[in-house]
Amino acid sequence: MNNEIKRELSAIVGERWMLDTPNELHVYSYDATPLYQAMPDAVVMPASVEETAAILKVANRHRIPIVSRGSGTNLCGGTVPTEGGIVLVTNRLNELYEIDQDNLTATFGPGLITAELHTAVEALGLFYPPDPGSMRISTMGGNVAECAGGMRGLKYGVTKDYIMGLQAVLPSGEVLRFGGKNAKDVAGYDITKLLVGSEGTLAVVTEITAKLLPLPKAKQTLVAYYNDLTDAARSVQRVIAEKIIPATMEFLDAETMRVVEAYAGIGLPLDMKAMLLIEQDGTEMQVEQDILRIAEICRREGATEVRTAETPEEGAKLMAARRAALSALARVKPTTILEDATVPRARLAEMVEQVGVIANKYDVQICTFGHAGDGNLHPTCMTDERDKEEIHRVEQAFQEIFHAAIKLGGTITGEHGVGIAKAGYLDLKVGTGGIELMKRIKDAFDPHGIMNPGKMFAKDTRRRVVVNTHECGHKHG
Amino acid sequence: MSADTNMANGGGSNLIQLLDKFDTEEILNCMQCGFCLPSCPTYRQTGKESASPRGRIALMKGVAEGSLLADAEFEANMYLCLGCRACETACPAGVPYGSLIETAREVAEQAKQEDSPLRDFLFHEVFPHPNRLELLGAGLWAAQVSGLQTLADKTGLMRILPRPMREMQSAVDTVASPWARMQRESVMEAVGEQTGPTVGLFTGCIMDVMFFETNQATARVLTKAGCEVVFVSGQSCCGALHAHAGEKTGAVELAKRNIEAFEQAGVDLIVNNAGGCGAALKEYHHWFHDDPAWQERAQQFVAKVRDISELLAELPPLVFAKELHAKVTYQDSCHLAHGQGVRSQPRQLLKSIPGAEYVEMRGADQCCGSAGIYNITNLDMSMEILDDKMKNVGRTEAHYVVTSNPGCLLQMKKGIERAGQQGQMKAVHIMDLLADLV
Ligand SMILES: Cc1cc2nc3c(=O)[nH]c(=O)nc-3n(C[C@H](O)[C@H](O)[C@H](O)COP(=O)(O)OP(=O)(O)OC[C@H]3O[C@@H](n4cnc5c(N)ncnc54)[C@H](O)[C@@H]3O)c2cc1C
Ligand code: SF4
Ligand code: SF4
Repeated sequence: MNNEIKRELSAIVGERWMLDTPNELHVYSYDATPLYQAMPDAVVMPASVEETAAILKVANRHRIPIVSRGSGTNLCGGTVPTEGGIVLVTNRLNELYEIDQDNLTATFGPGLITAELHTAVEALGLFYPPDPGSMRISTMGGNVAECAGGMRGLKYGVTKDYIMGLQAVLPSGEVLRFGGKNAKDVAGYDITKLLVGSEGTLAVVTEITAKLLPLPKAKQTLVAYYNDLTDAARSVQRVIAEKIIPATMEFLDAETMRVVEAYAGIGLPLDMKAMLLIEQDGTEMQVEQDILRIAEICRREGATEVRTAETPEEGAKLMAARRAALSALARVKPTTILEDATVPRARLAEMVEQVGVIANKYDVQICTFGHAGDGNLHPTCMTDERDKEEIHRVEQAFQEIFHAAIKLGGTITGEHGVGIAKAGYLDLKVGTGGIELMKRIKDAFDPHGIMNPGKMFAKDTRRRVVVNTHECGHKHG
Repeated sequence: MSADTNMANGGGSNLIQLLDKFDTEEILNCMQCGFCLPSCPTYRQTGKESASPRGRIALMKGVAEGSLLADAEFEANMYLCLGCRACETACPAGVPYGSLIETAREVAEQAKQEDSPLRDFLFHEVFPHPNRLELLGAGLWAAQVSGLQTLADKTGLMRILPRPMREMQSAVDTVASPWARMQRESVMEAVGEQTGPTVGLFTGCIMDVMFFETNQATARVLTKAGCEVVFVSGQSCCGALHAHAGEKTGAVELAKRNIEAFEQAGVDLIVNNAGGCGAALKEYHHWFHDDPAWQERAQQFVAKVRDISELLAELPPLVFAKELHAKVTYQDSCHLAHGQGVRSQPRQLLKSIPGAEYVEMRGADQCCGSAGIYNITNLDMSMEILDDKMKNVGRTEAHYVVTSNPGCLLQMKKGIERAGQQGQMKAVHIMDLLADLV
């Protein structure tokens, strides 16, 4: 990218917010996904939709890749600028414009931190349910672009179930609005839903209107420990079969429990095979009733110990430990690779067992935890990026895990998105026809292919590519 | 790493050795999850990844791998960090950020090679020499009492001092006179029967000049708590400022001197009243990786180190002679809270004061922006962080903002002045407050 273009960008956002020094480029060359890194040519931090539109016009005119970025916490390489270009950081677009208590909606900029939205609406007795484990850091724009899920997905759904309206800027610089505050709205294609989960490959989201619910009055947490994996999985199925939908049903395997315990020190037993962490919310009476019945079902299905959190604080502590599971696993070995292969709930135990078999076969260490209630598992491999031979085996193991998930009627990713990490596996799920249609949709939005190029659709190989940092600074313009 | 990156980095084999200093294992342990981002004051102020813990670690990795230069930009980014270590508390992966940033600064310093004369003078000629500090203290006292300072203020003489020094000097109280300093006895006996341990007080370098009274107050509180207090001779600066500023060799020398001095004194415990020094004293054993004999001695030293609040929590409760009818709040010292994990003890002490009403401050464990000499080296960022902090301080409506570290104390004084709250609230060191009441 030449200096002329950089000057154009500087003129739009102001010098302070156009960064291109070696250090600044370096820190936007990665995200939370291990093993991927590539240098951008410039980083811009716009403060308004007008600035964003002007940036896109420049990029479109010069055919420069644009990578939108919230907090860079995604786990699929979604914000790694593999083809160089401009990283557009949204964290200055973080205003909470309105909480509309009559229509039960909130409208805000994409840079707003998820947890801050929670705090603001909860102060008014309202509720925004999606709660990704990263919510203290992730932005709402990132949540929308990845269609982030969370621990409350079972009962409340995921991001797409709450996004009612969006303002977005196309590569042409055109600013469009889709959806809005109408509870019912079938005017044309549902572009709002299409943009949710589009991973920054279609447009830059600049404003979001989300649906809110009344905040549930009560909440209780229950934990059940198992000697046997299948008992735990069967408990999950039975609870739902008995027509109770808990807000959360989380699963941790033995290895994950051991590591979380070492980090959080909350007294998890270290001789168990699995644990379930179940939370119910609602009216006080309903919660009490449900938790009693869930406890009963867990015991009946073979739980060796079932405990209800005495206080909300104790419950919150248990949930916080689950939230930290992934990061705590990082203590075991330097490189932590996490995937989110997902299967229909009823196949949970089979999937967990297969992961175990596959890990053994390739002699790699994989811990599994996840959202048992919705079949969304996070097989997580602890490895060392310096050991190229092992990394190769890890790749093979994950490839087999994806195939296993598909065979069980599942999918390659439940909530983290395709990005570059799973681009090579997308056809397993949607087929060649599906990919062709998706590409035609992308062409309609982004004819010059500048929006997060290289993401979602694989160029060729079906491998996790270790990008060499010395060769990654592609030059454009 | 290619040969030309090497050259560009500023020199041959020296540099390779330097890069070896980075414990790549510890750098790789950062999984880039970003959990540390919201806890970092400089990230909150700027919104820039380069001003975040995750960003700084990525830059270190870049330098260690040879894909980035340890140049002026790198140095500036490393020094924009306050070293408050809030990120360490937040990090679930257990990345030892505090030691990584020290190494990074060391690498930056050595790569730079041309040192600043003022820095050199401070680190080599002032901090390590108690007698020179003594002289400095006497000079400062003379200037303050003779009104020279007022004169200097009025005539604009102060303007020839660099702006950061000028900004901060308004927060400094009159230091103790040389005469008062000479009055100090080398041992203070327990009041009544000695029921507690014999304690060697770590007096610190700047601490003992600018906050002589606080050291005396600490000793008095300890004697009231049944301890015998020894002012161990031969001790010196803890080395924290050196270590944080990338002067590892100097830091290690000072550590050796302290270990020797306290070994000879034969005290039961080594007590300090400065969160920053305390954190360094407790890390001495990490400074001797390649020297087993000294590491062993350091370990024994470290086992005896306590922060004053930590020790008082282990002893029978203090007996108060007076009541305090005021609202009191507490500003954590980063190196005490995040570095040493001492959070509840000072709060308990404050809550135990009869008559006092304790109010917890929102974000009390967020750095105030003082951070060693950060408020001198990065004045603007420091003041931005301080002004944010003062909003939370103001909300407590406290009469006393209590601190556990001299740097934080100065900063809070400055903050009160900037917020125009001089009439309403006062910043005090926890020991100065307690000594008046027991
Ligand atoms: C410890 C940890 C736990 C996690 N737990 C969960 C979890 O429970 N559930 C879950 O779903 N995910 C989880 N994630 C993944 C991640 O946090 C989510 O994907 C999150 O939504 C990303 O938000 P972000 O702001 O960091 O976005 P980024 O990582 O910055 O970006 C993510 C994607 O969104 C695009 N994007 C960002 N902003 C915009 C915009 N304004 N317009 C268009 N495109 C945009 C980017 O181009 C990229 O493709 C976790 C991650 C970590 C590190
Ligand atoms: S919290 Fe720890 S592991 Fe996560 S990015 Fe920060 S330093 Fe790295
Ligand atoms: S030590 Fe403090 S300022 Fe430095 S990176 Fe950590 S949180 Fe930020």
